[in-house]
Amino acid sequence: MSSAEINKNEVDIVIGALNADLTQFLTSWKSFFSGFHLIVVKDPELKEELNIPEGFDVDVYSKTDMEKVVGASNATMFSGYSCRYFGYLVSKKKYIVSIDDDCVPAKDPKGFLVDAVTQHVINLENPATPLFFNTLYDPYCEGADFVRGYPFSLRSGVPCAASCGLWLNLADLDAPTQALKTEQRNTAYVDAVMTVPAKAMLPISGINIAFNRELVGPALVPALRIAGEGKVRWETLEDVWCGMCLKHISDHLGYGVKTGLPYVWRNERGDAVESLRKKWEGMKLMEKSVPFFESLKLPETALKVEDCVIELAKAVREQLGSDDPAFTQAADAMVKWIQLWNSVNSSG
Amino acid sequence: MVEPANTVGIPVNHMPQLKDELDIVIPTIRNLDFLEMWRPFLQPYHLIIVQDGDPSKTIAVPEGFDYELYNRNDINRILGPKASCISFKDSACRCFGYMVSKKKYIFTIDDDCFVAKDPSGKAVNALEQHIKNLLCPSSPFFFNTLYDPYREGADFVRGYPFSLREGVSTAVSHGLWLNIPDYDAPTQLVKPKERNTRYVDAVMTIPKGTLFPMCGMNLAFDRELIGPAMYFGLMGDGQPIGRYDDMWAGWCIKVICDHLSLGVKTGLPYIYHSKASNPFVNLKKEYKGIFWQEEIIPFFQNVKLSKEAVTVQQCYIELSKMVKEKLSSLDPYFDKLADAMVTWIEAWDELNPPATAATAKA
Repeated sequence: MSSAEINKNEVDIVIGALNADLTQFLTSWKSFFSGFHLIVVKDPELKEELNIPEGFDVDVYSKTDMEKVVGASNATMFSGYSCRYFGYLVSKKKYIVSIDDDCVPAKDPKGFLVDAVTQHVINLENPATPLFFNTLYDPYCEGADFVRGYPFSLRSGVPCAASCGLWLNLADLDAPTQALKTEQRNTAYVDAVMTVPAKAMLPISGINIAFNRELVGPALVPALRIAGEGKVRWETLEDVWCGMCLKHISDHLGYGVKTGLPYVWRNERGDAVESLRKKWEGMKLMEKSVPFFESLKLPETALKVEDCVIELAKAVREQLGSDDPAFTQAADAMVKWIQLWNSVNSSG
Repeated sequence: MVEPANTVGIPVNHMPQLKDELDIVIPTIRNLDFLEMWRPFLQPYHLIIVQDGDPSKTIAVPEGFDYELYNRNDINRILGPKASCISFKDSACRCFGYMVSKKKYIFTIDDDCFVAKDPSGKAVNALEQHIKNLLCPSSPFFFNTLYDPYREGADFVRGYPFSLREGVSTAVSHGLWLNIPDYDAPTQLVKPKERNTRYVDAVMTIPKGTLFPMCGMNLAFDRELIGPAMYFGLMGDGQPIGRYDDMWAGWCIKVICDHLSLGVKTGLPYIYHSKASNPFVNLKKEYKGIFWQEEIIPFFQNVKLSKEAVTVQQCYIELSKMVKEKLSSLDPYFDKLADAMVTWIEAWDELNPPATAATAKA
C-alpha cells in the first residue's frame, strides 16, 4: 500500500500545540500532511497566539472553543499534552494520527524520509495478530508471512485498534534514564511492525500514535494527571495510563495493538535533570497500576467500548482510589470523558 | 536477493566467550561441510554431532573441530530401552545431544545454515549474539517498545515500571533466518520464490502468557535452566507426524518458562538458510499437525502448572500427565508422546544425576 492507496478522507491528523510557533513543525511535515485534514488543538494554558503557516487544511481549537463544546469546568481536562484529546473528541473521521509538535520526519536507513502518516494508516488497515506471536513479525507485509507452526485458524487476524510508532534521536525515555545517559540517542532503526500479544502490558507513548477512532475512540482517555504535571513528556504520564486502559480494553474486545514502524525524529526539548528535580509521582503510580491491570477482568457483559471504560473507571475507584487521589481523579475523569464523548458525538 | 557472508580470511575468534561452558549440537545425515564457513566463529567450541539415518555411513567432520559423534547404535547403547523416546529419521534426534551434554549452554544449528550478513555487509557471529542474549536478562512481564532494554544504545522507555527493570534469567534465545524463511508446506507451495530479505535489528522478550512457533534451526538455551523441557518429541520414522518437533518443544518450554519466571528471547541473530526443503514431502509430514495444532494451541494456552512444580522435571512430568489426559482423545499418538515425555525425563535424570540435575530458580 502506498500513500496513493489510502483514503485521506478517512483520516484526521490531530496535533496538540504546546508550542505557539508551529511553522517549523508543519513545514517539515508538509509533504506528508498534504491532502489530509488537520486538527490543531492549542494547550488552553498557552498564552501566545498560534503561528500556523499557509497551505494546510486545518481547523484550530483553542480554550474558547473547548469551553463552548464541553463547558468551562471540563476544559481543564484538556490542558497540557491532554489538549490533543479534545481533537479526538470533535473529529468525525475513522482514523486519527497524532504526533507531538517537537517531532519531524525521520530518515530510514536508505536515507528516505519516512511517511509516518501513511505507515500508521497501513498498520491500522491491516489485521493485528495478538493471539499468537509471529516470529517474522508482521505477516501481512510484503516479503513476509506466517511462519511454520502458526495456527491456521488465527491467520485472518483481528481488527487493529492502535498503531504505536517509535522515535529516533530522542527516544521516549523517562527523566532518570535520560538524565543518567545524557548523550544517549536512539539510532537503531528496527524495520518491523508487530502486534503486542494479548494480555501483555506495555507503555504506550502519545508522542507518535494512531488509532481507529470508530473502533476504540472512547478508550483513549485523558485521565491520569500526576501532581505537578508539566509541559515536557518527562513530567507526564497521561499517555501511559491511557495506553494501559486502551490495551486492556482492546484485549477484552478482541482487537489488536501494533508497535514498531513508523519512526519520527524527536528533537531536544526540556532538560531531563531539571525534570528530575520535581518529585516524580509517576513512578509510584505506575508501580500501583501494574498489579491492578494484571489482575483486572472486565465483565463479559461489557461489549461496547464506552461500557468498558465505565467498568474500568469503577474498578480504578474501588481498587486504587484509596492508594492515591490521582486515581480517584482519573476514575472521575474517565466517567466524565464518556459523558462528553456521548454528548458530542450524538449531536453529530 | 540476499547472499550469505564470505568468511574466508576472518580469523578464528581468539576470545571465545563461554568456550568451556557451551556445546554446539548439530543433527545431520549428510555431511558437515557447512562448518567450514562457520570456522572463525565455531571452531573454539566443542561439537556434539547426532547422526541420524544409516549408522554405517561415515560423517566427515572438517579438520580442526573438537567433537563427539553419536549415531543410532550409540543412542540405543547408551539409553537402552529408553532410546524409544529419541526420534529416528528426523532431526528431532538432536535432543539426544542436549541430554548427553555436560555443559551449561547449548547452541543448535542445522547443517544447511550458513553465516548471514548484516546490513553493513559484515558477517554475523550468530553464536556471539546468542551468548549475549542468554547472559543478559529478559523482560517478560511488561513489553518494552524499544525492544531489548539491555542492548547497547537501548533502554527501558518512559512508563516502564522500575520494579520490573531487573528482569529475569534468560532461558532461551531464538534466532531467525534470512533467505529461505521457515514457512509451512502450504505457504511454501503458494510462495515458492519468497525470500526473507528483511534484517530486523532487534532482540525482544516474548511476553509471559504468549506462545510462539519455536524453530530449532538457530537456537540456543541455558541447559541448566530449561534443558529437560527441550524434548523434541516423537517424529519421523514410524510416527504420524514430522516437522513439529521444535514446535512441540517450543510450546512446552514456553509454558514452563512462564511458570518458573524465566525469559525467552527472539530476534537476532540471523543465519542464512540456504536450502528449501521439498514442500510436497513437507506437506505429508505436517499434514496431521496442521489440524492437530488447532487443538494443541488452546491446550497449551490453558495449561496451569501446580505451585508444587518447582523444577523443570516436575513441570514436565505434570505437563505429560495433562497431555495424556487432554490430548489422547485427539489421537492415540499423544498417549505415546506423553509416555515418551516421561521416558525422556527418566533418561535425562539418569544421564544427569541429581548432583548436576537441572534445577530452576523458583
